[in-house]
Amino acid sequence: MSKRSVADLKIGERATIESFNNQLMSLKLLEMGCLPGAEVCLHSKAPLGDPICLNVAGYCLAMRKSEAATILIDN
Amino acid sequence: MKSSPTIALVGNPNAGKSSLFNQLTGLRQKTGNFPGVTMDKKSGTWPIDTQHIATVIDLPGVYSIYPKSLDEQIVTDILANPAHPDYPDVSVVVVDASNLHRNLLLFTQVADLGVPTVLALNMLDVAQQQSKVVNSVRLAMSLGVPVVRINARTGEGTDLLKKAVLGQMQEPVLPGKLFFDPADEVPALISDTKNQYKLTNNYLALQYIIQHDGFSFLNTPQRKVLDEIIEQHKFSEPTFQAGETITRYKRIAAIVTEVVSDQRPVNEPTWSQKLDRVLLHPVWGYAIFGFVLLLIFQAIFAWAQPFMDAIDSGVAWLNGQLKESLPAGPLTDLLTDGILAGLGGILVFIPQIAFLFLLIALLEESGYMSRVMVIMDRIMRKFGLNGRSVVPLISGVACAVPAIMATRSIGTRRDRLITILVTPLMSCSARLPIYTILIALVVPSQRVLGVFNLQGLALMGLYLLGLVSALLAAYVLKILLRTKERGYFIMELPTFKLPRWNHVGLTVWESVRSFVWEAGRVILAISIVLWVVASYGPGNDMDEAEARVKQQNPMAAADDLQDRIASERLEASYAGNFGHFIEPVIRPLGYDWKIGIALLSSFAAREVFVGTMSTIYSIGSGADEEGVTIRERLRQERNPETGAAMYTPALAWSLLIFYVFAMMCMSTLAATQRETKSWKWPAVQLVYMMALAYVTAFATYQLLK
Repeated sequence: MSKRSVADLKIGERATIESFNNQLMSLKLLEMGCLPGAEVCLHSKAPLGDPICLNVAGYCLAMRKSEAATILIDN
Repeated sequence: MKSSPTIALVGNPNAGKSSLFNQLTGLRQKTGNFPGVTMDKKSGTWPIDTQHIATVIDLPGVYSIYPKSLDEQIVTDILANPAHPDYPDVSVVVVDASNLHRNLLLFTQVADLGVPTVLALNMLDVAQQQSKVVNSVRLAMSLGVPVVRINARTGEGTDLLKKAVLGQMQEPVLPGKLFFDPADEVPALISDTKNQYKLTNNYLALQYIIQHDGFSFLNTPQRKVLDEIIEQHKFSEPTFQAGETITRYKRIAAIVTEVVSDQRPVNEPTWSQKLDRVLLHPVWGYAIFGFVLLLIFQAIFAWAQPFMDAIDSGVAWLNGQLKESLPAGPLTDLLTDGILAGLGGILVFIPQIAFLFLLIALLEESGYMSRVMVIMDRIMRKFGLNGRSVVPLISGVACAVPAIMATRSIGTRRDRLITILVTPLMSCSARLPIYTILIALVVPSQRVLGVFNLQGLALMGLYLLGLVSALLAAYVLKILLRTKERGYFIMELPTFKLPRWNHVGLTVWESVRSFVWEAGRVILAISIVLWVVASYGPGNDMDEAEARVKQQNPMAAADDLQDRIASERLEASYAGNFGHFIEPVIRPLGYDWKIGIALLSSFAAREVFVGTMSTIYSIGSGADEEGVTIRERLRQERNPETGAAMYTPALAWSLLIFYVFAMMCMSTLAATQRETKSWKWPAVQLVYMMALAYVTAFATYQLLK
């Protein structure tokens, strides 16, 4: 089974960021506080299920599902 | 020490930078341009003490020193270039205490560039609500720079900030060592770069390497040398940058654990997040957004009406008074029919513009606008746009020029270009005067379902038409402009806040002032020119026309005769000749030569249309009709061929549809040219919008006729 990513989270589910699979996207995400080892929690989704809103590093960050799919998590 | 130092305000978006800027500078602010780039620079003066008056520059909010969009570039351009005219003597980094962790990333980068820095710790009240306590003394000790506790909303702490800034000017306290020293990892690369450019700062040298393509102060040979250095050391920029961010965050985490005690009960959602569950809800989210939009249209149409009526009748009364008290003659006519009629056409729209900007400012201030971006991103993406395109599109309802400038926050190039090209299809406030008058002519003022005004709904329909066509145009452009660039949408959702009324007030004041001043001057000038060309004609054509009317209608009543003479004289004037010249082209749309004059004069700016109509129909009306408003004059206008009302629903709708699509605004084309740095895109914009306007207006007239 392939690795799960933040895009696979259900509302209210928590996970820990492990790594990224896209370097350019990771630069942007790292600066916004999405660090390996940080805990994320999917807090809500936009009406059509995309973009999604994450709680990370003490604030709320909105991103598209395609971006969330570049953040790999461990379970 | 300089008596007029430069202070730069730096910080994350939503950290309270603009609030602090307003607190420090009050009304002593101005908007200019950064040298070399057409980028709005907000600056103002801040009297620190009797000897020092500082210039404060409000830089765009960024998350790091690595820019991700065009508007962020300026921050790095200034802070990495000590030769820049706006290079600060002291930079004040505004930090949101409720999210110290993320905010400190930018702070450590700015400090590492070697700029003397003061940390302004803001939003301590929000941190407290989240049960976080920040020890600012310890923070100052671990960072090695002065830390000042402020409340940017109330102005608390600005005195302490003055002292800290003065201190940093007199004897700068810099952190003992860099938070992140690139020489620890790539010493040879850094020393080569430092030697090449005579730099002393290791982190600045790293910025030369990573960002040299974006630095406007480096020329092509200099960039080539940097490329060679990078090549020689086999340096991978993205990998290193990722490593830098991670290392910085590690150090920051250590500092934050030491200075912040977080007593928040785990898993407790904040009230802001509870609110988000409703605002982002599949049903309620859109319902609320739809309701907000409806509210905006009700406000600008129904609520603004009493104010507009008051201004309208005030101008008409003044006009009547002037005509009575001044001696009759060409000068009085110029003052009343030319200048006052044109001016009245501008002043009457102040209430609508004020309401519109008030509501937009409230949406931005409260934090609701970013929720709108989230719920709209998916839909926008289908059309080749981006969630962030929502702000330009909504601002486009006010004016396309600032809206096009607001596209700079869109990081993806294609998304940005498409947003620029379609934004002018959103009905701007300059179209509002035209819509208002024509709707009032052909749509009855009735209540529907008890709450909604039928005219308000018609207006909303036109705005929706603009929106739908903007989306469709974007979709077509998306197919035409293929790209490999990957679009993205990553955005902080700020916590909800009560709007700052002084901010809202400033925004409304600024927009009304610039409308009256900028648009007003153009409208006034064109009104006067128009009055002249409509009052005089080639040779003595006009007098001949008058004599002809008198001869042909010896038995007509005095009033009727007067009207016919006025109308014939106008037709024989320069303006009338001009109108007749283009009549064949606009005839299929249902327009006559009078409307032709208005169309031509409004080519530079559509708001001129109403001023022109006022002027034309004032001239064409009899002397006993003083005090009659433009709307009444249009209603009384007769079709010379049929004798029925000239402004039939078919004609009015054809004109309305024409103005929904027509690209009649020089300022917008200029803005597009500036923002895309090419003449191709403004040309594309002009041609596609004009073609759309002509075809749809033609279809409308032919169908309704």
